[in-house]
Amino acid sequence: MKRRINIWKGTDKITVLLFLVMVIMGWFNIYAAVYNEDHKEIFDFTQRYGKQFIWVVATLVLASFILLIDSRFFFFFAWFIYAGLMLLLLLVLVFGTEINGARSWFEFGNISLQPSEFAKFGTALALAAYLNHRKQELTRLNVFIPAVGIILFPALLISLQPDMGSTIVYFAFFIVLFREGMSPFVLVSGILMVILFFLTLLINNLYLTAGLIIVAFLVSFYPVRSLKDLIRGFLIIAVTGGLIFLLDHFVIKALGGEMILLIAVILSGIPFGYYIFTRKAMALLVIYLFLLGSILYINAVDYSFNNLLKPHQKERVEIMLGMKSDPHGTGYNVNQSMISIGSGGLSGKGYLQGTQTKFKFVPAQSTDFIFCTVGEEWGFVGSFTVVGLWLLLLLRLIFIAERQRSIFSRVYGYGVVAVLFTHFFINIGMAIGLVPVIGIPLPFFSYGGSSLWGFTILLFIFLRLDASRTEYLV
Amino acid sequence: MKDVYTNRKYLIISFIVLISAVLLVKLFIIQVVEDTYRLSAENNVLRYVTRYPARGLIYDRNGTLMVSNQAAYDLMVVPAQTGRMDTARFCSELGISPGYFNERLKAAKNYNRRSPSVFLKQISAERYAGFQEKIFMYPGFYVQPRTLRKYSRPVAAHLLGYISEVDETTIAADPYYKMGDYIGKLGIEEAYEEELRGKRGVNIYLVDVFSRVKGSYADGKMDTLAVQGSDITASIDYGLQEYGEQLMQNKTGSIVAIEPQTGEILTLVSSPGYDPSLLVGRVRSQNYAALQSDTIFKPLFNRAFMASYPPGSTFKPINGLIGLQEKVIVPETEFGCNNGYLFVGCHSHRSPLDLKDAVANSCNSYFCQAFRRILENPSYPSIPEAFDKWRSYLEEFGFGKKLGTEFSNELNGILPTTAYYDRYHGKGGWKALTVISLAIGQGEIGTTPLQMANMTAAIANRGYYYIPHIVKAIGSGKNIDAKFTQKHSISIDSTNFEEIVLGMELAVNGGAGSTARIAAINDIVVCGKTGTAENPFGEDHSVFIAFAPKENPRIAIAVYVENAGFGATYAAPVASLMIEKYLKGDVAMNRKWLEDRMLKLNLTDSIPEVETQN
Repeated sequence: MKRRINIWKGTDKITVLLFLVMVIMGWFNIYAAVYNEDHKEIFDFTQRYGKQFIWVVATLVLASFILLIDSRFFFFFAWFIYAGLMLLLLLVLVFGTEINGARSWFEFGNISLQPSEFAKFGTALALAAYLNHRKQELTRLNVFIPAVGIILFPALLISLQPDMGSTIVYFAFFIVLFREGMSPFVLVSGILMVILFFLTLLINNLYLTAGLIIVAFLVSFYPVRSLKDLIRGFLIIAVTGGLIFLLDHFVIKALGGEMILLIAVILSGIPFGYYIFTRKAMALLVIYLFLLGSILYINAVDYSFNNLLKPHQKERVEIMLGMKSDPHGTGYNVNQSMISIGSGGLSGKGYLQGTQTKFKFVPAQSTDFIFCTVGEEWGFVGSFTVVGLWLLLLLRLIFIAERQRSIFSRVYGYGVVAVLFTHFFINIGMAIGLVPVIGIPLPFFSYGGSSLWGFTILLFIFLRLDASRTEYLV
Repeated sequence: MKDVYTNRKYLIISFIVLISAVLLVKLFIIQVVEDTYRLSAENNVLRYVTRYPARGLIYDRNGTLMVSNQAAYDLMVVPAQTGRMDTARFCSELGISPGYFNERLKAAKNYNRRSPSVFLKQISAERYAGFQEKIFMYPGFYVQPRTLRKYSRPVAAHLLGYISEVDETTIAADPYYKMGDYIGKLGIEEAYEEELRGKRGVNIYLVDVFSRVKGSYADGKMDTLAVQGSDITASIDYGLQEYGEQLMQNKTGSIVAIEPQTGEILTLVSSPGYDPSLLVGRVRSQNYAALQSDTIFKPLFNRAFMASYPPGSTFKPINGLIGLQEKVIVPETEFGCNNGYLFVGCHSHRSPLDLKDAVANSCNSYFCQAFRRILENPSYPSIPEAFDKWRSYLEEFGFGKKLGTEFSNELNGILPTTAYYDRYHGKGGWKALTVISLAIGQGEIGTTPLQMANMTAAIANRGYYYIPHIVKAIGSGKNIDAKFTQKHSISIDSTNFEEIVLGMELAVNGGAGSTARIAAINDIVVCGKTGTAENPFGEDHSVFIAFAPKENPRIAIAVYVENAGFGATYAAPVASLMIEKYLKGDVAMNRKWLEDRMLKLNLTDSIPEVETQN
């Protein structure tokens, strides 16, 4: 027996309201960003705000349409939708039009479509279907690896376009995996890798390696609990290192300091291994492997940064880390963006009064840098409101995800949260210089049909699943 | 099923709240706490005025200024800030037509109404002086100072290079360059671009809607100073360069002079040249086109290292050296000459001759027979292997490849390989006689005047050279590229060099039969060798290589006069005058007639064709 429910009654009003407020705020800000005395009419369809109006109307139709579809459709067709969207990602690499050096768009006459914006909800659906099937068994490698595959396959295709911004967004799905039981080691390793990445660029490699060894010994005290053993272990590594140093100094003459330390750590692995084996101290083994992995990793990062990255990519990272200041070159965007946001002050310059954005000092101000207009014209009050709205939306979505009775719906919900959160954090973060310039839009605010529709579909499928949460147990 | 991980939601929620808090804190700092980003909100916009650095100056080896800067001004316009103004007066003051005015303003509007565009490039200092007082009457216009090159004398154009605006490809390849920047092309300007250009700076001003500067943005904290380019001291002797160009006027050809002990290039003449100031400022593109369209004399073509000629008899000393080193001849070896050897002719002279006299008399037969002995040397299993050995000596002298000077467009020259002859005659299908013309510097061999001057320097040094270069010092104390101070030794004993030097001394200072007696100078021992490079397109080229003095040589020189016949006729006098001028400061009274003759000589009327084979 089925209970028929009223779809509108089951749809979460708070989320819909937040969505509408954001879309309308976005539209007004796009008008302000491209404001031009020659085209004052807000419904001028030759201008971006006119076009955005058409897309907003279309998106509302699209949202209503999604709410009318049977919620089981998304469950049963999840894999087909995923496969279809992956096919589009493949096709765009071949038939796409190249814009700004990336093959990300299909062009049909006047309409252009960016499949990577739509692939996000496809990936969320596929992941949901997969995890629904495998329950919470992500600690098992044969369950975990396909899940990673589902996430990284579209990321790989998008990185071939190449669109680094959209690629990075896909890593957000690891938040979903974490919620569903992924080993915290993976998360810790991931976070460690990010931290070490920045430390490698900021600190001399030799000091960093030495620091890691010392940290590893300090941490080892917890499982070893014997100061004597710890000092012995430290002496082993010091003596090995010293011998290699002498060997290098008089014979080889080619190793650097960090290379000597690396070899010392590897060679000391033999006595350490014996110690670990005889006492069955698995925790020590983990620490040792983490140490070795980290040292190899920082050397790889150092090498890649110096040899593989293109100069402009290097520069972006260096500017963000404050190693380099160049207000007129690569840092121009960020500098201008921070000037406009900073010049907004507490209450802003007033709607349409922003001089920085109006005079086109900020590039891409209706798309990736739309937050500048908010910051300049509405000041900290406006920034606070927007960040606040976003926080409300994300927390509301987590609340909804947690009340789902099926794993499918919950995983999908967390997928929505992860994607929206990443866009929100990176987009605003880059506008205020916290994150390197990664060109991704602020959902519901930024100009562009594909992104608006993509995020709307993403969100409303979830609202549709939620509306039927009491109905089916898919 | 039971959800065992439900508590993880709290971690995720905390993370999201934490990140949002970080964003808010940073926003609060830049929007409310800090003043740096705040502008006085009303009516102010920023204007970025690029501070172009003055390009480094170029001096000659004696400290004489060769290249300096002159001021010019680019008139900029911000179309959105223009207002009512007297257009007719504006046009007449700048010497432009109303049509040009409208066209430029429209182009600037199309580019961007609110950012500055160049309205008129490179206004001269004189015109600017008058205009500057009235600029306030023309809202939206302002002036950006630039620097242009200024040349002390109308010489050395090829060597110095010129300046032009960067093109799209350069901008795409090098992030330093921006639209409107200048960049050095060819010569010293190109080779030392990074040292000479300095570093751009920028001043950021707050400007009101009437284009009035309201002050510096952020108290000038964001401004950067322009850093002037480093000065360059060239190895060139400006006076000698000028003298060389005078001697070569109305002739085609080139002169390359090198200081043997250091490899420093003293003179690098390519004739006909052009006045470097033709390529400065607004007249540049039009003059450049004119120079380029001169296909007969090709004034832009640098013969000194872009033209390859057969070396002719100036090559004989090298073959003599290789013969000595390979021990197939000794200094006392004599060969007879009966006005030639097989199909290679020779002029009449006494016979037989030993090595030094063969060099002095430039006997073809002698070197054909010596060369045959080099290739048929029984120490090697086959002729190709002996040939390879011969070729390796030539490579040591720097033939067949770029020498590695600062000039990017240096030519390789041609040095044949055994593979080449194998392809042409079949493997084993060629022997010494097949390639016998190489004995006297003809055949499948091509060398540039620069390579010949370098060879001369190596002979003068009795067996080593430094890569020729045009710069002595950069800025204050910065070293020149280390490769220029690295000695290149040739694996031929210095005693063998002495024999050849003796022959070259006799060529200039010997008795009857010596080929270059016209090159002799009072109380300086000049050692030289004449040459005649066969030219399939017309009269042969006259070639002369020389160095002086014999002991501790201070100058090695190669002179090419195209379509002028025997080496002794024109190239030798030019070379000897250059040497005399450099070593003694002036030409002796008893040789003034020669100088006079060379200066007045005009070879350009009769010859339509210039050989510029690659």
